[in-house]
Amino acid sequence: MLIRARVNGEWRTADVWPGASLLFVLREHLGLPGSKNACEQGECGSCSVWLDGDLVCACLVLAAQAHEREVRTVESLAQDQTLHPVQEAFLETGAVQCGFCTPGLIVAVADLLTRDPSPGEMEVREALSGNLCRCTGYQKILDAVKLAAGRMRRLT
Amino acid sequence: MSIRTIRVTRGGVGESPRRVDGVPKVTGQFQFGSDLWADGMVWGHTLRSPHPSARIRSVDVSKALASPGVACVLLAADVPGKKTYGLEFADQPVLAWDRVRYAGEAVAILAASDPETARRAADKITVDYDVLPAVTDMEHALRTDAPRVHDFGNVLRHVRIEHGNPAAAADVWVDGYYETGMQDQAFLGPEAGLAIPAADGGVDLYVATQWLHVDQEQIAPCVNLPTDKVRLYLAGVGGAFGAREDVSMHVHACMLALRTGKPVKIVYGREESFFGHVHRHPSRIWMRTGATRDGRLVHVRARIVVDGGAYASSSSAVIGNASTFAAGPYEVANALIEGTAVYTNNPPCGAMRGFGAVQVCFAYEAQMDRLAKALGIDPVALRAQNALKTGSILPTGQVIRGSAPVREVITRCAAIPLPPHDAAIAARSRPDPLLLPGGAGNVSRGERLRRGVGFAVGYKNLAYSEGFDDSAAVRLKLFKTPSGPAVEVHSAAAEVGQGVHTILAQVVRTELGVDHVVLHPADTQVGSAGSSSASRQTMMSGGAAQLACAAVRDELFERVRQHAGSRLHGDLSLTGGLVLLAGRPLASIEEFLDAPIEQTRVYHHRRTTPVDAKGQGDPHVAFAFAAQRAVVDVDEELGLVRVVQIATAQDVGRAIHPQHVYGQIDGGTAQGLGLALMEEIQTKDGKIRNPSFTDYLIPTILDMPVVEAVLVEEPEPGVPFGAKGVGEPSTVVSTAAIVAALRDATGRALNRVPVRPDELVGLSPPARSAGPPPSPDVPGPKPVPYYIGLATEQP
Repeated sequence: MLIRARVNGEWRTADVWPGASLLFVLREHLGLPGSKNACEQGECGSCSVWLDGDLVCACLVLAAQAHEREVRTVESLAQDQTLHPVQEAFLETGAVQCGFCTPGLIVAVADLLTRDPSPGEMEVREALSGNLCRCTGYQKILDAVKLAAGRMRRLT
Repeated sequence: MSIRTIRVTRGGVGESPRRVDGVPKVTGQFQFGSDLWADGMVWGHTLRSPHPSARIRSVDVSKALASPGVACVLLAADVPGKKTYGLEFADQPVLAWDRVRYAGEAVAILAASDPETARRAADKITVDYDVLPAVTDMEHALRTDAPRVHDFGNVLRHVRIEHGNPAAAADVWVDGYYETGMQDQAFLGPEAGLAIPAADGGVDLYVATQWLHVDQEQIAPCVNLPTDKVRLYLAGVGGAFGAREDVSMHVHACMLALRTGKPVKIVYGREESFFGHVHRHPSRIWMRTGATRDGRLVHVRARIVVDGGAYASSSSAVIGNASTFAAGPYEVANALIEGTAVYTNNPPCGAMRGFGAVQVCFAYEAQMDRLAKALGIDPVALRAQNALKTGSILPTGQVIRGSAPVREVITRCAAIPLPPHDAAIAARSRPDPLLLPGGAGNVSRGERLRRGVGFAVGYKNLAYSEGFDDSAAVRLKLFKTPSGPAVEVHSAAAEVGQGVHTILAQVVRTELGVDHVVLHPADTQVGSAGSSSASRQTMMSGGAAQLACAAVRDELFERVRQHAGSRLHGDLSLTGGLVLLAGRPLASIEEFLDAPIEQTRVYHHRRTTPVDAKGQGDPHVAFAFAAQRAVVDVDEELGLVRVVQIATAQDVGRAIHPQHVYGQIDGGTAQGLGLALMEEIQTKDGKIRNPSFTDYLIPTILDMPVVEAVLVEEPEPGVPFGAKGVGEPSTVVSTAAIVAALRDATGRALNRVPVRPDELVGLSPPARSAGPPPSPDVPGPKPVPYYIGLATEQP
């Protein structure tokens, strides 16, 4: 079936199998492999994207459900050569190791800080509890969120 | 020549520069194995056995082959060369023929136009199995009436270590029985790779792995090609933790690519990943520990059995480790330790972070707490009293020559302030549920909270042991660019997230005084780096980089001297892109780089030896130690746990990249917490029952407490920069520390991990045993497959 969605600001069409997930279509049809497939069950958050501004696991959304809707992925965050403050903070604090969970976490953190510019530690933990990371033990991810939140507050 | 100010090179050893692969990783541009793509690519798929033990009567692939979009279907008979592979022993079929020995074993592979077509075609393959009795209990496997997993029996290796006087007396004895479950590495990025057939008849494989060259050595004979026709390139690795030491989809993708003439991509889904790699060995450990009344350890007797599953993988080295570390990081004059790795029809087990040292640490640290209680001595003081130090003799007779700051890690860990006792939480009328056991589940009101504190010390060997020479090569090129001198580092070391590529850049910056360092992609066009495992790459590849830098520097200085004639007096050195003479700027480095300087060097660690029939030898290169203290809150009615704080001190030799060292400690602790509280591959009759992240739980950000870590820096002599590996010690100790805290909170024995809620509330009794199995009859101290000629000829 043919679907059409506005992906990272650009209208894109793809001819997809009706059973295909949004994640598969982003990765295999639209050349956007930044969203990762790690569990296929909505447990790990590695495929986090925005669908009409809502944070979703792209593996749990049928591509057809994104028809005529707006999708934003991790690839939309850096502008030209300038990293998003969350991306910058992840690098600076050592919150990246293997990097497989990183795109999903960065999307989830950017989403959190848009909704709540000054989250407390427990709010951060709750907001990111759907994003699994196997490398970092999460300590430096908490540092990154704190750093990014402070910088983004100063920017606005 | 103009005088310039000397600028110090940035991003060298001891600093924490940003990781070299960081920007693509945060933008989503980094190419993991699963992100690879090639024109005309088809997708590979694997059909696996549903039975843990069966004879294959026949396989009918005709319907699959006739399916639209299917390029080919291959069986064991289609394997072009050697039919088996393995890290240490080639006992695992590329594709099963005649017999399957575990549920999940690969039987057929196919290539199709897309993943869904491939899956559906695989469903059309009919395999006629004659289901056979399976042996799925590790002790049952040792009985003479057990079904044989392999014709040569079920013993993989038996290690016996006799130390001192086996009949030595003690004033006080404590006995314990312990069990650990099968843990999964659960890396986030599943097995993936892309094989591309080459014009020369060879194949190029881009794959996520821990050791390119050992994969190459195993793949080439199976696809019947010379080694240099099977070229490997490191794809982005989404975590490893031991699970990528063994070959997974490698041979399959190469076979399909060579057969179809097309690029073939194979990516495992999460469920398949649970069948596609080895796991941490489940273990059963019987231990008897004796001490004098004043607290001096005098005797350790241990019997260890680990379940290796259907194929050898690295089980023989794992049981070697478990056995040699069974007495803990303590001086003990007398020991009798016996360890057996067995074959069963369970999923194969092999390397996982901690590699045999985790299981025994859980046991020997529980024993230390029992002993402390029996003696009426503070458990931390008892550990410090018996701590190993430089010069101590281990049960293998090995003398510790390097640094061993065991007392320091114990005292510095114990000195970290405890978190405030949160009786206040329980007293509050509406406590934040996230601060209570059960967390967001919101099931506890905090009425019956019990706090517990536990302490554990552990240790781990660095690099490969028992006579193995796991050397590492690095090639360097110092060359001129328009913006100054630059260095290219070519190493096959697998960057698996731990940061080895950043370490290599730091070593080069420090040694050559050049800021601009670029990493050549890791591949098999340079010498082997050995595995990114065993906490070894900083020492080994870092050491090779340091040697190569020295060779480059020698050549550069020779050019400087030739250029200057006999006028130079004083030592030459390099910093900030400059050549210094007696500490003063002489010239820019690039002035001597009309031709680049290229040097390759190989680093070898000190020689070790295998252990003999009595377990005696000099098996390990060096050691790293860690102490952890865990604070937990347990809801004693619900059996729910919140880990409140982990305090830890780790012996790191010297921190090359302090930020990444803390990151390794945090992440290693999380995996130990997982084994303590939630992580277990549950098997029933040999079949995995929870192959998903819905049913196999790993710690989330809500499960992880604050980790307060202290680095103890006592450089290891004879090792580059004195740096010890840092990846594993935290995983070794944290399970033991957390369960000690749970025992403290509940007063229960808790001798099995992961600890279940029903054990915490007393609904389930501790794991029981009627006693250890008798020692098997084996030809000698080497693994049994060795004696029957299955040893691979790998480096």
